Parts: sequence; structure tokens; C-alpha cells
Amino acid sequence: MKKLLGIALAIAALLVLLYGIEDLPPWGVSDQPASLHVSPRYIEKSLAETGVPNMVTAVLADYRGCDTLFETAVIFTAGIAVLMLLRRAMP
Amino acid sequence: MIQHQEDIIIQTVCRILIPFMQVYGLYVLAHGHGSPGGGFQGGCIFAASFILMPIAFDLAAFKKRFAEKRIILLCSLGVFIYAGIGWLCLLLGGNFLDYGELSAILPVDPVMARYYGIAIIETGVQITVMAVMVSIFINLITGGRHKEETQENYD
Amino acid sequence: MILPLDLILLGFALIAAVTATWVKDLLSAVVLLGAFSFFMCLIWTEMGAVDVAFTEAAVGAGVSTTFFVAAVYNTTRRTKD
Repeated sequence: MKKLLGIALAIAALLVLLYGIEDLPPWGVSDQPASLHVSPRYIEKSLAETGVPNMVTAVLADYRGCDTLFETAVIFTAGIAVLMLLRRAMP
Repeated sequence: MIQHQEDIIIQTVCRILIPFMQVYGLYVLAHGHGSPGGGFQGGCIFAASFILMPIAFDLAAFKKRFAEKRIILLCSLGVFIYAGIGWLCLLLGGNFLDYGELSAILPVDPVMARYYGIAIIETGVQITVMAVMVSIFINLITGGRHKEETQENYD
Repeated sequence: MILPLDLILLGFALIAAVTATWVKDLLSAVVLLGAFSFFMCLIWTEMGAVDVAFTEAAVGAGVSTTFFVAAVYNTTRRTKD
């Protein structure tokens, strides 16, 4: 019974997502709203401004450096949390 | 805890494979500027090479080599490198994490200073990710007794 | 993007995910989750997001599978339900 309820919920979520896909722009279209705001600047100027050929690295580590800093802090926090949960103190 | 078993196939394969995995992890870090990769993925590959060691060989020797204090210091060292570069840029007169200001202390122009700044912070990310993954694995496989038997081995 | 290849890979990922919830053996479920991660990695590679695919292959299929195996090793291998 519980399993059938789970399957029904999963199928309902799948239908909602399939309905939402209809409004997304097609794959690889360059004039969608998400690609018009800051993407042209990254594409045109990231090599001249940072000297890094890989655009993804330039955006991740330079333009969005604060984001990556706190991503690293999140991983550090995860490690400390696992230590807190699992570590047995010395007898 | 993993029982120590003498399995010649696994030991030989790991002995040959681990150096290549470590070199590949460092390659992913160093070549993250020109191809997909970077500190996070390189750190994971590096940690996977270290995780192979207690699977194939002795867990006690691995725990002695990666003592708890050392691992936790490495965890925080990576974040410290990253945030330290940010504060260094702040002290040199720029914004937080504005690597162009590093050209005052590095013998390069601002554009290449950004290049090397990215390389330094990726190294910090790699150190943190590697240490955290190894720490989580040791704590999972020993049930949190990372420190105890290491201490016994020292005695 | 090649639509038939995409659909085939999505089908494999779906089969791996559904089977991971159905099997009784937890170690099999862990391996099936690793297979699911690998199929997601293939889908992302095929759609052009190489960085995401690399991260998925390193974290999802590599390290997290090892963590799950370690957790299963220290607890039980059979589920109740």
C-alpha cells in the first residue's frame, strides 16, 4: 500500500515536470532570456580579462569567486559534521 | 573494520594504479584552466586514490599515515588558502577575491595575476576536498574510531 | 543533442533508478545508484555540459559509492521492507 502510494506520487511529480518542460526554451537556443543578461560579457571578455581559456573555470573561480569560496566552506562543514556525528572520544 | 587479507590481485592492481590516479588528479587540477576540471574533481580523484590504499592494504598503517590531527589540519588549510587569498587582495587595495591586485606581489601583469590567483585557490579547493573525503571515509569505515588504534600503534 | 541517444540513456537511467528502489540487497542498490550516476554523466556529456559530467563521474559514481559501501559494510546488508 505504501509502495503504491509512493509510485503514484512519483508519477504525479513526473507529470507536473513534463507539463513544466513545455515552457522551457529549446535546447541550445542562444537568444533565450537566461543567455542575454551576463553571458555575452563572459563569452567575449573572459579570456582577455582573466587569461583563462576555459570559460567555466573563469566564471566559477573569478567572477563567482565568493560562491566557490562558500561551496568549499560547505564541504568543510560537511566533514566537520561527519566528525561530530561519528567520532568516538578517547576512552 | 576491514580485515587484512592477502589478495595478490587486488594488491598488485592497486600498487600499479594508485600512482597513475594521483598523477591524473594533479593533472585535472593543473589543467583545469584549459579543459574541464578543477579543484573539486581533482580532489575527488586524489581522495579516491587514497581510499584505495586501506581497501587493498592494511588499515592500521593507513590510519597511522593519515593521523586525525593531520587530516583535520588539511581540511581547514584549503579553506584558509582560499579565504587568505581573498583577504590578501583586500589588503592590497582591491575588492574581496579580486585577483588582479596580486600583481603587486607577483612579478606578472594583472591579467596573468588573475590566472595564477585562480590556480592558487583551486589548489586550496583540492586540498580541502581531498582531506574531507578521506576523513569521512576513515570515520565511516572505522565507526568513528579514527584516533584510538592509531594511538595504540604509537604505544 | 541527438534525441534517440538521449532517450535511450534516459531509459537506462530510469531503469537503474527504479531497480535501485526495488532490490532487497542494499549493496546491489548502491551499485545501481552508481550506475544511475554514470548514466546521468553520459547524458550530460552528450548534452555538452562536460564540467558537470566530470563532477558527476568523480563524486556521484566514484566517491559517494565508496561511502555507501562503507556504510553498508558497517551496518546491515538486508532491508526490512
